[in-house]
Amino acid sequence: MPHTAIEAQVEDGGSASKPQRIIKLSKTTDDSDKKGTNKRVKDIEICVPIVYGTIAFYLGRKASESQSHKWTVYVRGATNEDLGAVIKHVVFQLHPSFNNPTRIVEAPPFELSECGWGEFEIGISIFFHSDVCDKHLDLYHMLKLYPEDESGPQSTKKPVVMESYNEIVFPDPSECFFARVQNHPAVVVPRMPAGFSLPVLAPVENTNEKGRGDTKDHPLSQWFLNFSEADELLKLASARQQLRIGMLFACTDF
Amino acid sequence: MDAKDILGLPKTPLPIPQEKKSRPQKDSQRKPDGISREVYALTGGVAPLMPSIDVSQLKRRPPSDEKITWQWLPFTSSARKDDLQLYHWVRVVNGVPPTGDYSFAKYNKSVDVIRYTDEEYEKYLTDPKWTKEETDQLFDLCERFDLRFIIIADRFPTHRTVEELKDRYYSVSRAILVARAPSPGEVAGHPLVKEPYNVTQETERKRALSMVLSQTKHQERKDAEVLAEAKRIDESRMAARAAEEPDLPVPSDVGPESAEGAVGPGDTISPANVQAPAAAIAPSTSVIADNASTLASLRMLRVYLRTYALEQMVQAASSSAGLRTIKRVEQTLQDLGVNLKPKVPTKAVCAEHLELRKEILTLLNLQKQLQYKEAEGSSFRDGSYGDMPGTAKRSQRAADQDRTFVPDTISFGGDRVVKREQKRKGPGRTSETPSSPAGAHKRPRKMKASDL
Repeated sequence: MPHTAIEAQVEDGGSASKPQRIIKLSKTTDDSDKKGTNKRVKDIEICVPIVYGTIAFYLGRKASESQSHKWTVYVRGATNEDLGAVIKHVVFQLHPSFNNPTRIVEAPPFELSECGWGEFEIGISIFFHSDVCDKHLDLYHMLKLYPEDESGPQSTKKPVVMESYNEIVFPDPSECFFARVQNHPAVVVPRMPAGFSLPVLAPVENTNEKGRGDTKDHPLSQWFLNFSEADELLKLASARQQLRIGMLFACTDF
Repeated sequence: MDAKDILGLPKTPLPIPQEKKSRPQKDSQRKPDGISREVYALTGGVAPLMPSIDVSQLKRRPPSDEKITWQWLPFTSSARKDDLQLYHWVRVVNGVPPTGDYSFAKYNKSVDVIRYTDEEYEKYLTDPKWTKEETDQLFDLCERFDLRFIIIADRFPTHRTVEELKDRYYSVSRAILVARAPSPGEVAGHPLVKEPYNVTQETERKRALSMVLSQTKHQERKDAEVLAEAKRIDESRMAARAAEEPDLPVPSDVGPESAEGAVGPGDTISPANVQAPAAAIAPSTSVIADNASTLASLRMLRVYLRTYALEQMVQAASSSAGLRTIKRVEQTLQDLGVNLKPKVPTKAVCAEHLELRKEILTLLNLQKQLQYKEAEGSSFRDGSYGDMPGTAKRSQRAADQDRTFVPDTISFGGDRVVKREQKRKGPGRTSETPSSPAGAHKRPRKMKASDL
């Protein structure tokens, strides 16, 4: 159960640190088809929409001086699909006051839960499979524990959620990667260019011990925010329209 | 004159020398016609004591002991091949007319067109594309018109281009020269031999020239942009190559290829569709190049975030703008209810956001330019037509405009499209001006958010 898997990663701030359970994904695609990684698909970009952020619960009665909140930091697919096809592992860099502040999560769902009292900036480094990209991507997210309006006591039921939407863009993807994620639900892939032939690949085995990599039925999924580009597009379009009207009047003013 | 009154000096001028006719005393007290009294007073208020130039000296001539007559005489010119006799006026000195050729005959220069004999033609000069008759005609015309090939092309009986005619003429002349020369070394220095006429090159060159000449301003600008972009891509590539590992695959941008295409023979139709940004009203060349080079440098990265890409593009677009302008852009965005950083930065949203920013920039630039123009115009009017009430109001209004224009013009009220009837000023505007005594505050206020 994904829930229990998360619990297993929780570490007490006071006790001695337990080693992280390292979960390895199948490496069939990484070693083979080295040729595929060198040939690239030109003028096509592969886009992976992600959402990353934190959800923090006030512990209420169980809270102590040093552990008032329980929070989870994660990177998920924007549509809650499994990112394991693209991301190899994620490194969360926590505040130095934590034991082993560098936490590596090697399998989806890429998340980390902890208990603490302070807000700080969490460094999130995303490492990709070798046929995807050999460079990693660095993100930063401010952990938020306390709600905006400070009126009244904190609720243990309603968490403080801070999520950011972003898109990872691969401008010149390798043919191997392209072929692999052609129909992947987490990845936005444009149509194949004409005359392009798919290289033959071994099927990916998912030996993820955590079970599913997607976050559709994640226990925290009820708190996930909805990011709709339609709203923003509408707003931008109306803004441009207003601007044009303003320009018109400004010009005829002379 | 008044000054003399004040000072109590005598009004009568000093006595004038007898060379001139003595004038009546009254004249010195009258100002002369033609110059104003003040100017005359500057020079002392009196007639000059002594004339600086003796007028009678001017018309004198050196005494000459020659007898000069002018005679209408006939003449011939060596430049003429016939014996036509014409007449002209001749300056005859002591009965001896001038000798020598007609003075303009020396200007009758012509080109040395080499003429070949028929045998020479048979031996060296035959060509599948040219008949002997045509070649003869060509050479006749060349001699007649002094190698003015444009005219020769016009007069040539069959239709031939200037380049073809030139080619035939030069190759024939060259062949003759080489054939007639006792040894090849002697003619090697002759310009015709040293530099043969290159037809294809000439045709290309002329075509390229005509393309360049017929370019519209729009195309010229685009060419400049493409070249600038190509330069930047090259520079960024150099930098990237220095920094990257050796197995970096070279991205095949559209940019440098088409830039090469444009630079090469210089005559391709300017690549109008190279640049993606649909920049609207007169953006500067560097902005377009910045955009394109940013795109290129993004593609060099193996992976990047959409927000990062947007930031780079925004930076590139605002590279020509100062900090204050950027702040105004952001203020405008806020007024429009748009997030400075999009909440959902998808590809489409980022593109729209960028376009919006660019449009705002354009608007602000336009406003600034209009401000300057108004300021110039009003200062000009103030200087030249200071007395007219109408224009004074106008310039005053312009000054008001300058002060209130920028911050208030684009105040947008919430989400509604604002009706601005009171701001609408039609062509009847100038007629309103003289009737309003205090034109300044008659100017309708800019639409403010509170107006809604």
